Amino acid sequence: MHRTGELYGQFETLGQQKESATLGMWVFLVTEVLFFGGLFMTYTINRRAFSTAFGIGSNTLDITLGAGNTVVLIMSSLTMAMAVWSAQVGKKKLVSIFLIATLGLGTVFLGVKAIEYKQKYDHHLIPGHGFDMRYRSAHPTASDDLRELAREKQEVETAIKSDPDINYHGQLYFSLYFGMTGLHALHMIVGAGLLLWLIKGSFAGRYTPQYNTPVEIVGLYWHFVDIVWIYLFPLLYLIDRHH
Amino acid sequence: MSDTPTIPALELPHKHYLNATYGSGLRSWLLTTDHKRIALLYLCSVTVFFFIGGVLATMIRIHLLTPSGALVTPETYNKLFTMHGVAMIFFFLIPSIPAVFGNFLIPLMIGAKDLAFPKINLLSWYIYLIGGCFVLYSFSTGGLDTGWTFYTPLSSVYSNSAVTPAVIGIFINGFSSILTGLNFIVTIHTMRAPGMTWFRMPLFVWAHYATSLVMILGTPVIAITLLLAGLERMFHLGFFNPALGGDPILFQHLFWFYSHPAVYIMILPAMGVISEIIPTFARKPIFGYSFIAGSSIAIAVIGFLVWAHHMFVTGESTYAALTFSFLSYVVAIPSAVKVFNWTSTLYKGSISWDPPMIYALGFIGLFVIGGLTGLFLACLGLDIHIHDTYFVVAHFHYIMVGGAVMGYVGALHFWWPKITGRLYPRALSRFAAIILFIGFNLTFFPQFILGYLGMPRRYHTYPPEFQVLNVLSTAGASILALGYLLPMSYLTWSMRYGKVAGSNPWPATGLEWKTDSPPLTENFEVTPEVTWEPYDFKNRPDLGLATGAPLPAPAHGDD
Amino acid sequence: MSEHIVSPKVYAIIFLTLMIGTAITVWAAFQNFGKFNIVIALVIASIKATLVVLYFMHARYSPRRTQLVIVCSVFWLAIMLVLTLADYGTRAHDLQPGVSRLTPRATSHFIQA
Repeated sequence: MHRTGELYGQFETLGQQKESATLGMWVFLVTEVLFFGGLFMTYTINRRAFSTAFGIGSNTLDITLGAGNTVVLIMSSLTMAMAVWSAQVGKKKLVSIFLIATLGLGTVFLGVKAIEYKQKYDHHLIPGHGFDMRYRSAHPTASDDLRELAREKQEVETAIKSDPDINYHGQLYFSLYFGMTGLHALHMIVGAGLLLWLIKGSFAGRYTPQYNTPVEIVGLYWHFVDIVWIYLFPLLYLIDRHH
Repeated sequence: MSDTPTIPALELPHKHYLNATYGSGLRSWLLTTDHKRIALLYLCSVTVFFFIGGVLATMIRIHLLTPSGALVTPETYNKLFTMHGVAMIFFFLIPSIPAVFGNFLIPLMIGAKDLAFPKINLLSWYIYLIGGCFVLYSFSTGGLDTGWTFYTPLSSVYSNSAVTPAVIGIFINGFSSILTGLNFIVTIHTMRAPGMTWFRMPLFVWAHYATSLVMILGTPVIAITLLLAGLERMFHLGFFNPALGGDPILFQHLFWFYSHPAVYIMILPAMGVISEIIPTFARKPIFGYSFIAGSSIAIAVIGFLVWAHHMFVTGESTYAALTFSFLSYVVAIPSAVKVFNWTSTLYKGSISWDPPMIYALGFIGLFVIGGLTGLFLACLGLDIHIHDTYFVVAHFHYIMVGGAVMGYVGALHFWWPKITGRLYPRALSRFAAIILFIGFNLTFFPQFILGYLGMPRRYHTYPPEFQVLNVLSTAGASILALGYLLPMSYLTWSMRYGKVAGSNPWPATGLEWKTDSPPLTENFEVTPEVTWEPYDFKNRPDLGLATGAPLPAPAHGDD
Repeated sequence: MSEHIVSPKVYAIIFLTLMIGTAITVWAAFQNFGKFNIVIALVIASIKATLVVLYFMHARYSPRRTQLVIVCSVFWLAIMLVLTLADYGTRAHDLQPGVSRLTPRATSHFIQA
């Protein structure tokens, strides 16, 4: 097991080891850009073709939760960067605190996502059997604003006139919604696991100004996941909001 | 026979990576982090898949002996060519040279003790195995009949074969490729020995650097594409299914964005091998080193700009088709640069006809034919007629088999003494190389004619007037098979009974030839310092190659 | 280890900028800029992403090689998007609003209409 500051056998110097680890993480992030990129490509072509359905679909998303999650995730990037800084200046206790804060904020993000997914399930917006974009406005619950629902119903009816296949194209939107946010959430869960491992190490005082590479490279990964969300939020939540 | 003085019998080094034991025997192999042992693990696995792909090819060729199809049902025939493609492309060609020779040689060639991330290297092999298991599961529980290209909606909706496990297996295998590429890029950037500058590196390393760029940038896209197709199949989503508003052409764009650069993953390493063999057996420095290095990078980059030449007949926009056609012509230029440089290296060289050289020369000829026929296909008007015919099949087999596999077998013959410490019988191996060349041409040249005459690919029957050419092709395939079985036999034989090779039997100028054969686990006792230029046959006194001194003849395993 | 240590003050400024950017994105979404809504959203997102890369990920203070890696990843993503759109964008349009694009027989029995 690698001890703090210990050199792995294949490297000549600690500097070479750190350089390799950092370059390795950046190259890995390149693969992640292309991996998510395929989904963004699919999104682009489908949105071009079915802009009406995408607009309707987007308007069913809760913008408060979405924007709130964006704020939470950017805050977690701040705390992650501060964790790296704390290690660089030798404030070991702060390293743990900031890592725990990052993990906490990440968990909040995932919790809100779970709430959103549940909402979609309740409104019959999961692609597959039972998917129906008209379901929510036809089945109001006690907590719904009836005027808003009526407006939504009107929007969907107008949309059907220009796009009779709106339930098919809407499913494409929601498949992409779940696919993209789901893949993103999966990456966050992996990130949470990495953070737990870092927190454990920080309790043991492993991260010092001489050796903080693991914190740095997990930080790179975490920031990347944040950047993906920075794009997902406007692309999924903010289509046709001005109607 | 030869007039060089007899060399006294050599002995294998006392301690080397094969007999080093740390822990119990099997565990020391399955849990090794030594890049050389991992290379051998890969050698075994890719050979298994080559064999599987070969058996499937044999069945295809036997079936096509008669116009009405003698061997299998039409549905099974679809499975044969699909599984042949999947096994050969994803589990043999893509890993072959990088995972076997790249892994073994790159640290040796740059003077490092190992790759940057040895444990990730081992993980890469296990990921390959897991992916392979999924695909073998698919093969044995219903097979796969969609074509290796998995076009939708056949693959994502209508096919009744075991698509889902296959797609999962290829998805997983993609990560093996990605991790190998990542390892190579970081290693080449950060682990070169003192004095080993970029322009002193062997061209084999340049080739693998370029290959790794393609692996890193392309493989994630096929991963997400197959994931989407698999999800579509499992959950009846609609991305690529027209019945649900989806777009099959989008699948093709995403698929070919990787799969075209993938062919460069398959050929660039082989080109790197040729760049090592030619100077060694022409006994002179390679002509145009920096152009060959630069052309590898150029192929890797431009290769990403041509993918939709696979989609000329899909209804894609004419303007896009023109662009991709033009760029496909452009991508041929760096390949041509290499061919010119290799042949210029041969000019006024002191050629010796050793087995690696025969494979390398075979490569050059067959790659030229394969590459030029690619230009035929890149021509929009002509492609309308020869798309999806045997012309395409012949084209890519000329490059993949005549090029990449010959490069692989040539590499086996060139570096076998380094890997095992043994030489193999020279006369028999030269005979096998010729057999391979003859068998290959007899198999695939008739297919150019068949395609030009209009025989479609992926069809289980054909008009009777095509039978003669098909029979010729099958006859060639049996000779080709012999060309593979012979090396498998004598190379295996040589591991125990072959003449001991010594550290530099050819001799060649790379840093790997300064180590023992087989090398130590840690490669070098002392980190080397590089002060010489690559391929300098005139000025390497440390290898016994000094100015004015006569060059020794290559050692060989016949007595 | 000699490395540039970014100060918490810089992080705080970047964080505030990102917050402002998020607010502007949401505000702009509710205004009618027509075709430019998507452009504005993507431009702001890209500025935010650039700030995260430069400062949180220390790209500003990283070796040239790292910066080249970052640029390449964006460039390759752009290749995929641009060349694919070059196909879709230059085809003749045959979609008519109000007309179903799905043939009646083709409707899959897996999904309710």
